[in-house]
Amino acid sequence: MADDALNQPPVSRPPGPAAKPARPNYREPWQDPNAQPYVQIVGVTKTFGPFVAVDDVTLDIYRGELFALLGGSGCGKTTLLRMLAGFEIPSQGRILIDGVDMSEIPPYDRPVNMMFQSYALFPHMTVQANVAFGLRQERLPAGDVRRRVAEALELVQLSAFAKRKPHQLSGGQRQRVALARSLVKRPKLLLLDEPLAALDAKLREQTQFELVNIQEQVGITFVMVTHDQDEAMSMATRIAVMDQGWIRQTGTPAEIYEYPQNRFVAGFIGQVNMFEGLVTDNQPDHVLIASEEADATLYVSHGAEVPAGTVVSVAVRPEKMAIAGQPPDDRHNAVQGIVQEIAYLGDHSVYLVELPTGRTVRVKAPNTTRMTEMPVTWEDHVWVTWRPDAGVVLTA
Amino acid sequence: MSRGVVLFSALAFGYAFLYLPILLLIIYSFNDSANVAIWGGWTLRWYGALLGNDSLLGAFWVSLRVAVVSASFAVALGTAAGLALARFGRFRGRALFGGMITAPLVMPEVITGLSLLLLFVTLQGLIGWPAGRGMTTIMIAHTTFAMAYVAIIVQSRLSGMDESVEEAAQDLGARPFKVFLVITLPLIAPALVAGWLLAFTLSLDDLVIASFVSGPGSSTLPMEVFSSVRRGVSPEINALATLFVLFVSVGIIIAGILLNRQERRRQRDDQLAYSGRAQEV
Repeated sequence: MADDALNQPPVSRPPGPAAKPARPNYREPWQDPNAQPYVQIVGVTKTFGPFVAVDDVTLDIYRGELFALLGGSGCGKTTLLRMLAGFEIPSQGRILIDGVDMSEIPPYDRPVNMMFQSYALFPHMTVQANVAFGLRQERLPAGDVRRRVAEALELVQLSAFAKRKPHQLSGGQRQRVALARSLVKRPKLLLLDEPLAALDAKLREQTQFELVNIQEQVGITFVMVTHDQDEAMSMATRIAVMDQGWIRQTGTPAEIYEYPQNRFVAGFIGQVNMFEGLVTDNQPDHVLIASEEADATLYVSHGAEVPAGTVVSVAVRPEKMAIAGQPPDDRHNAVQGIVQEIAYLGDHSVYLVELPTGRTVRVKAPNTTRMTEMPVTWEDHVWVTWRPDAGVVLTA
Repeated sequence: MSRGVVLFSALAFGYAFLYLPILLLIIYSFNDSANVAIWGGWTLRWYGALLGNDSLLGAFWVSLRVAVVSASFAVALGTAAGLALARFGRFRGRALFGGMITAPLVMPEVITGLSLLLLFVTLQGLIGWPAGRGMTTIMIAHTTFAMAYVAIIVQSRLSGMDESVEEAAQDLGARPFKVFLVITLPLIAPALVAGWLLAFTLSLDDLVIASFVSGPGSSTLPMEVFSSVRRGVSPEINALATLFVLFVSVGIIIAGILLNRQERRRQRDDQLAYSGRAQEV
């Protein structure tokens, strides 16, 4: 069913909330052993002189995904995107799109279009001519060009601006022209380089949803580069977290957040408390870790493939911790300390608790009841606890 | 004395120093006296006499043809050089080439002229071309030094341009040569026109290089003026010089306007877009 929905040619529906389809029974293709990856990046390395921008990256992207490459500046995400577009040639490895090896294919012959961070609109052409440019290169009949340009402009709600020049548009409108221009050729793959970076914060959130809606309407596979984790989390089907040219973890936003595979990912996405410790007992259903740093024994209710005696880190998200004035019954996963800082943020408060070892623990607690007086206040002696399934054991 | 007065007199003195001689020349071109140093009332007869002076008129046509041809070649070659410097990434020796393109700007004209003369003489000995010195050699010489100016103008225009615009065109299916024709060229057109006008003006102005590489019967206007002044300054030359100043100033002003206009228009349109007026349909 999901496959049928994705194989249909893009239909242009009138824009608006009524026409918005729910994500159509999206069966996660990366969990289906029979699914054919649509974009295959196989052992790709890119070097610029001595500098390794992308280091032996292997990645499968499936049809209909909105895939995000997430990382800080200089992590290689943009270089990887430019290799998909054909502007950079891999030093090693292969890129296949829909089964076709792209190594020898120049950018102008690839079934791939890109939306540039600067939008890269042609300043001397009208909005209409900008969008038509790609179709004109295919030498389509003028009638077809006109019809498809009109459709694309309608999709991004810019029909009224067709005769404007780019410099007569606002930032958000330019962004939508760039989107229409890259979608109008119906590429197999659409690349988006920091699509929202140039917009102000308010417009950015609105555009996030618009972009996801449009992607669902047209059914084109999107690969997006971003440094903004909120953007990646809220838009992407899957995220690849990159650092120094490597992919550190690939997974759905929830997997990346809840089950980070290494300290980098745990620290990069969201906020986290990490305690270093020694594995004292390793059972199939739980692990016990003695942490000097936390001055406590940590209990993690999932097995980890590490022998006793290994030094590991336990990562616990601040919102999965609780703060209390009384010692808990279970002394596992309980640390005590003194409240140093409280940030009251309305819907929740953030507490910084200093442990006797000098470590600071960040606790995020929802303010579920209206209170004028805090139950916990500065300089209080408190206990911070978390459930056995809250922690993640990290070895890397 | 207030600061304003000091500044104003410095400005006035500076500009007087620059423009008083030219102003005098223009005034004396209307002088109704055969002796250039004695004022004899207003007249236009020297301008009329110019029209009857065949050698000056002939030199004028030589200069004009040389200027048009060399400016056009300078734009073609200078654009290629500017493109290479601005677009082809970091190739080996890029800094060297970048520096060398500006050398003709600072090279003494005597040396440029002499070395070109040597080149032409050697070439004629080796391959028989160019046969003798004349208009062709002046055109080649002027192209040589004017293309440096064009290259610099084109390069600065290109480096101020978002390179991803060209990439976007390629991404949308245009081959590199087509990208150059339909995207790059229209965007750098003002720089090309400005470069052409500058090259044209430089060629019209040049005396030294042309003197080295010209041959019999191919004297340019500056050469003709210079040689006739050696026989004594006539009011006719003042009239000619006045026309020349007019001609060159117009060229320079148009080039300047073209270089500035696009920038100003972009700023104005940006303001328009952000002031919210663009939101109205």
